[in-house]
Amino acid sequence: MAGHLSSGTHFLQGNEAIAEAAMIAGCRFFAGYPITPASEISEYLATHLPKIGGIMIQMEDEIASIGAIIGASWAGAKAMTATSGPGFSLMQENIGYAFMTETPCVVVDVQRSGPSTGQATKCAQGDVMQSRWGTHGDYASIVLSPNSVEEMFYLTIHAFNLAEQYRTPVILLADEIVAHMREQIHIPPAESIDIVNRRKPKTQEERFFGGEEVPPMPSIGEGHNVAVTGSTHDEFGRRFTADPGVHQNLVTRLVGKIRNNAELVMDFEAYNATDCEIGFITYGCTSRAAYEAIEMARNNGINAGLIRLKTLWPFPERIVQSMARNAKKIIVPEMNVQQLFFEVERATKGATEVIPVNKIGGGEMLTPEELYSQLKGSEN
Amino acid sequence: MGRIEVRICGLGGQGVVLAGQILGRAAVIDGMNVVQTQSYGAEARGSAAKSEVIVSDKQIGFPHVRKCDVLVALSQSALDAHCKDLKESGILLVDGDLVSRVPERIDQVYKLPASRVAETRFKSRMYANVVMLGALTIIAGIASKKAMKEAIEASVKRETQEANLQAFEAGLDLQA
Repeated sequence: MAGHLSSGTHFLQGNEAIAEAAMIAGCRFFAGYPITPASEISEYLATHLPKIGGIMIQMEDEIASIGAIIGASWAGAKAMTATSGPGFSLMQENIGYAFMTETPCVVVDVQRSGPSTGQATKCAQGDVMQSRWGTHGDYASIVLSPNSVEEMFYLTIHAFNLAEQYRTPVILLADEIVAHMREQIHIPPAESIDIVNRRKPKTQEERFFGGEEVPPMPSIGEGHNVAVTGSTHDEFGRRFTADPGVHQNLVTRLVGKIRNNAELVMDFEAYNATDCEIGFITYGCTSRAAYEAIEMARNNGINAGLIRLKTLWPFPERIVQSMARNAKKIIVPEMNVQQLFFEVERATKGATEVIPVNKIGGGEMLTPEELYSQLKGSEN
Repeated sequence: MGRIEVRICGLGGQGVVLAGQILGRAAVIDGMNVVQTQSYGAEARGSAAKSEVIVSDKQIGFPHVRKCDVLVALSQSALDAHCKDLKESGILLVDGDLVSRVPERIDQVYKLPASRVAETRFKSRMYANVVMLGALTIIAGIASKKAMKEAIEASVKRETQEANLQAFEAGLDLQA
């Protein structure tokens, strides 16, 4: 698949890297509504997507935007929308619809300070739990968390691949810092990038909503009899709004296809994670300060380690548990007032002390010095 | 070369973000690792704005500048807010017509008439940021002249490429 840029080294903004990666992943439909700090994704795709035969459409709001990408996906396109907290809130109902109807699509949430309009241009990591639990009912989400411009690129492609593989919406949970920063990025030749495409039905009779963990997905207009509904449905798409068994089968399978494959989906980077005395669990922009703090610790003879989550959900709990077995303390730094901290506490089941370190307001990051002093203070 | 941290600050509309992007792009062309970030208010014009560029031959973790080696200030309020973050050995560049009070403790101060040159030569203060980049290239030598020119061409609209390149040359001449 072609993007706009040639392979080689470029100097790109995080948001531009998302847009470029989307095109390479095969995205040919983007619908969105402008919002800081995500607008550059729309702007880039408005300029470049039509040149490769795609469509970029600015909708009247975020509810319509996600509605449009769900429709586009059912028409056979790989589709994406991008927003920030306020728009992400508006999209939640349709994210549930995409989950229930097993519609592959990518939703980018570039986190900014909230709740509500908050500090619109400033960074935060306050949507971690919303990305997991934002819509109602039982579901399991896939949420990816990049920490550099290059990773914005690769995790966007990965988000499309996971969406297509598991027939589910995937959320790319970026943040203002990584979205607006510019870095050098090496774009590999398109043919060297693995692209996953949804499995299509081979015959007219296949079951499109059950019968196997991830059923094949037809496109509207190909002649299949396909009814798409957010109400409880059987494997043929027929509505059953009272039958307990049909609902149980459907929702158990929908949650199961993510949970049962969690080990395959989850991704992280570990440094001295299972032998350290003090460890960080970190993600997104904050992890960049944590890496420097670890380096300072190493230079000062402190046995510190780090796990950086690239997948927030499903939560990679096994590696976190391995760290907890030997570490006396685990520090969870976040630009919110404790969110992933609770998940780390849950996963470690009291095996070690979990310490939250939090900072909000003005988009100010936790600094390496602040995190190092936490490491030092926790040594005793 | 190790690691150089640069902050360019001023008011929204003065082109401080673009200046940082050009500098960052040029350093990438020269083969360095670069992180460039910015901060600005919700208003399109007039609020405090800053752009930061970290250039290093090693991988860059924390993306924000804490202590700068080079500070470029395009307004008095910006200098007042940011001069505390300039290293003792750091270099300060100011637009001499827009900044009158410079703290005495700073040794290396360059007062440059960037907005005046922009206004007289190019009939627009919009070019002051690129004039400043010209002077910065001579004074701090973070990126090569060749890479800076290439970065300018890649960062501005085609209609203004020629004028921006001339503004850059005018900035080089200020320190020649």
